Amino acid sequence: MGLGARHLEANGIPTVVIGSARDIVEECGVARFVFVDFPLGNPCGKPGDLAMQNRIATLALDVLEGAIAPRTTVQAPEVWADDDGWRDRFMHVGDDNRQELAAAGAERRRHQDEVRSRRAEQ
Amino acid sequence: MTERRRTHRSHLSYIDKSREYYSASGYEQPYGWATHDDAPFAALAKPLSECRVGLVTTSYFLPSDFVYEVPSDLPRVPDARPVDEVEGLDNQYLFWAKDETHTDDLGSFLPITQMQAMADQGRIGSLSPRYYCLPTQYSHRLTERRDAPQIFQWMVEDEVDVAVMVPL
Repeated sequence: MGLGARHLEANGIPTVVIGSARDIVEECGVARFVFVDFPLGNPCGKPGDLAMQNRIATLALDVLEGAIAPRTTVQAPEVWADDDGWRDRFMHVGDDNRQELAAAGAERRRHQDEVRSRRAEQ
Repeated sequence: MTERRRTHRSHLSYIDKSREYYSASGYEQPYGWATHDDAPFAALAKPLSECRVGLVTTSYFLPSDFVYEVPSDLPRVPDARPVDEVEGLDNQYLFWAKDETHTDDLGSFLPITQMQAMADQGRIGSLSPRYYCLPTQYSHRLTERRDAPQIFQWMVEDEVDVAVMVPL
């Protein structure tokens, strides 16, 4: 999405990105970014929380209107949960699952090879 | 209020997380994320209350008869749909925290209702009659040379002045 935002900006359309993957968006480099520090999936606010969704949409418009330079990031003052456990659980890699991940990856590659060779024969 | 302190940065690095995860899964070549020093910047040409807003999502539509076997099967093509046509908008093959949350509430990732309300209140001029799907591609070149120019073309047709873009 960052590359898309850059293309629109370069062609004269101002943009604001609302997202939760801060490093990916900021490495890409966009004009305006509202960072919502949530698990990936609900950058516009928690499901069912219309007041929060409205606050984030309002903030995005404020940033669209008010940013004076590219690479402007504003963090929405919203909190996903008191418990920060989601940060560790997502794409967790540890001694407890290293073998499982390696086996699942090997199985995915085996499946892909099988599909490819089946299709090549058809 | 209790004073809060941290010993580590709280923000996740998805670049680091995904690299370590795929490495542990046996993929040797890490993904090369887009990176730039500068960023293009277009200033608003008129007040936001006169601007037409276009919404962009990374969710997209799959053909009704689609059967997934391998990632390269995914028909990741840009799209433009009327804002009342959201049935079937799909994100099951995108990268997001499926164990932590869900996307059953459209307003949590595509703020059509919120922006329509902003138009009713006069905060923005109007919402574009179409929203735009810009699926995440593995290939930067595909996004830069095919998909983003297509989204831009649709925005010109729809007289969109500013874009609100929401990657899942």
